[in-house]
Amino acid sequence: MSDATPAEAAPGDGDGAGMAAAEEVHGAPVTWSCGQQVLHPTREQYLDVVKALKDEGFNFCVDLTVVDYLAHPARRLPAGVGPERLELVVNLLSFEGRRRTRLRVQVPAGDPVVASLFRLYPGTEAMEREAFDMMGVRFEGHPDLTRILMPEDWEGHPLRKDYSVGRVPVQFKHPPETR
Amino acid sequence: MGLEDLNHNFLTARLEDLVRWARSHSVWPATFGLACCAIEMMATGAAHFDISRFGMEIFRGSPRQADLMIVAGRVSQKMAPVLRQVYDQMMEPKWVISMGVCASTGGMFNNYAIVQGVDQVVPVDVYAPGCPPGPETLLHAILTLHQQISTGEITRRREETGAGAELALDAPLPGRGVLHAPSHVAVGRPH
Amino acid sequence: MTTHDQDTAALAAETSEGVQEMAPRSATESAELLLEQGAVLRLPEGVTVDPGDFNVEVNPDETMIINMGPQHPSTHGVLRLMMELDGETVLRTKPVIGYLHTGMEKTGEELTYLQGGTNVTRMDYLAPLHNELVFSLAVEALLALEVPERATWIRMLMSELNRLSSHVLWMATNGMDLGAVSMMVYGWRERELVLSFFEKATGLRMNHNYIRPGGVAADLPPGWEDDVLAICDAFPPRLAEYDDLLTGQPIFRERTEGVGVLMPQEAIALSASGPILRSTGVEWDLRRDMPYMFYDQVDFDVIVGTYGDCFDRYAVRLNEMRESIRIIHQVVERMPRGDYRSQDKKVTPPPRARIDESMEALIHHFKLFTEGFKVPEGEVYTAVESPRGELGCYLVSDGSAKPYRLHIRGPSFANLQTLPIMLRGGLVADAVAVISSVDPIMGEVDR
Ligand code: SF4
Repeated sequence: MSDATPAEAAPGDGDGAGMAAAEEVHGAPVTWSCGQQVLHPTREQYLDVVKALKDEGFNFCVDLTVVDYLAHPARRLPAGVGPERLELVVNLLSFEGRRRTRLRVQVPAGDPVVASLFRLYPGTEAMEREAFDMMGVRFEGHPDLTRILMPEDWEGHPLRKDYSVGRVPVQFKHPPETR
Repeated sequence: MGLEDLNHNFLTARLEDLVRWARSHSVWPATFGLACCAIEMMATGAAHFDISRFGMEIFRGSPRQADLMIVAGRVSQKMAPVLRQVYDQMMEPKWVISMGVCASTGGMFNNYAIVQGVDQVVPVDVYAPGCPPGPETLLHAILTLHQQISTGEITRRREETGAGAELALDAPLPGRGVLHAPSHVAVGRPH
Repeated sequence: MTTHDQDTAALAAETSEGVQEMAPRSATESAELLLEQGAVLRLPEGVTVDPGDFNVEVNPDETMIINMGPQHPSTHGVLRLMMELDGETVLRTKPVIGYLHTGMEKTGEELTYLQGGTNVTRMDYLAPLHNELVFSLAVEALLALEVPERATWIRMLMSELNRLSSHVLWMATNGMDLGAVSMMVYGWRERELVLSFFEKATGLRMNHNYIRPGGVAADLPPGWEDDVLAICDAFPPRLAEYDDLLTGQPIFRERTEGVGVLMPQEAIALSASGPILRSTGVEWDLRRDMPYMFYDQVDFDVIVGTYGDCFDRYAVRLNEMRESIRIIHQVVERMPRGDYRSQDKKVTPPPRARIDESMEALIHHFKLFTEGFKVPEGEVYTAVESPRGELGCYLVSDGSAKPYRLHIRGPSFANLQTLPIMLRGGLVADAVAVISSVDPIMGEVDR
């Protein structure tokens, strides 16, 4: 299913109103979001697709992050891709082709494990650690998966939707006698 | 020699006043820049605003040589124990300015990661409001502190209440949540 | 043990993954050590670096791990480095970060799109306008909102001025770290020039929240051309002064040339961008290569280095300032008349004068600022070239008035990963120069 792309659809958005992921890149269905190409590989395909993309010229891994869709399960995904609670989002960039692509991989919350991209893009080292720290996704093959932003003894993964913001209510009271 | 030689040449003062006067005019700050506010703190130290007019140009890298800790920026839960350690390493008498709303109250970041007010970790003498407080605000805070030092108010309060260096934390530091500063767990350090 | 304690212990066991600190050599397997040629950044063998002069067979009794930071005058904020030294030679380095983790991505989910700017602007506090810009671009992409031309040109003007102030501050702190204290005083002096203009235009010296979804918060103040041109006139002679002061100075060159060398393949593999990437000779600047706003209509050069050492990074930044001034001149020339914000009623409050006259306008204004505007469902990634590299914003909307997920790709976060590679094999005394040349802004690293 193609996203209802706003007026300025991308040049590559050939199938117009065409539904049913006709387009595929390296076996992964493609959608377009705001004119940006999005690939939806499965967890099993993920590493191979990234490898193929790297061979194709996507030499720079810009960003890796995770979204927790607990509170918004009904999002638009191409046919055949079942929504899961967590979604890994990887942004790749090709210097030569001057273009970007994005991968969205569904990760079930019950078994939040995906392959690490470390061997392909060493620069994802810190990003994967951050994703682990903030969202609790584990990366198989990561050399040093520890918390990176929070203290080591922290409990839980703060960016998950079921983790409270931790707001401390503001209380107005008399100033303490001393100090 | 006879006192007659000293006709007009001496002043009398209380030693305490002299000490206060001297202290208030050479407060050396420790560099404790944390976030955006630190940039404004450094700007205060630079030529345009020139903190050296107040005898404070020397930002000390080592807490042991500093009298004043300017907590400039938001204090995260991970940083709080470090902050406290640096404070403990400073020599008495020591003062703390909490610069910016983040350091004072957590500011707009009322969430899991930020300590809601550095006064939960160390005792604060002057709060500088603003986000970031401009150099003028920081200078005002510093002058307020100087005034407090020279009127001796702070030391008096410390002696009365045992606050200041003797404020201690619930050891060990909790991994999360608010750091507690129980009223007085006296560490019994001599002044 | 109470049940609560048990729960806590169980949770801790489940979510804690061991220490973040560097492990001593004796506790690290040799295969790991090989990988660890650059600790946080353990490069897989053969991918990018040659094993080089790094000798794994070091007697563990002769090395020591020292800790630098998080409170250290030269670590630029609250960066903590653990370095393993053999004598004075750095063998391994591991940055430990998170000391400024502010939970901004979480807070961003609590704020409406209009308020979001106040949040993101505090991430990279030396380039606040770039943060606002990338966030606004993302929101506008989701809204499919056209921004008036004048607003876009104003945005370009402000972001180039911001690049100036950020680089000049880097010059200052870099000078301070290397012992060129006069450079520090000069750098701050020049920064005040730009900041006083920012204060005039946006009302604040830092953290402006000036660039907002739909345009900018206010039009440029009257007489802005003169102010901006005064800045443009003031800068070049001062940059020449820096040239005199540093570029030709033997001590400065000794301390920076050949120090902290990074190869282009390494920089790309480690996702480094901005001056770090360009200093290695890779011509990559989003402003030119994937133009956003009107950067394709202005004329400027992309500055690249050759050796990827500290000196190149210095030279790249110095000359980027000159290019920024070139761009600013063109922007001033081409600034069109017109609106400074979109007239789309959905995102823009009614003008102040109408609020006094019309009840509807008042209600509209009130609604917009209390409830915010709704953004259609979708997700988007936008990127701009901040003074430190590619600054990206990944924004997911669920159709409500608040972002469902806001993720900022901070360039410093990725750039910091190059530190272990740059420091490896160097002297510990050079570490300060190298850290400074990376220009990490911890607010953006930790967010
Ligand atoms: S008070 Fe404002 S300027 Fe200061 S650290 Fe907090 S957010 Fe930054």
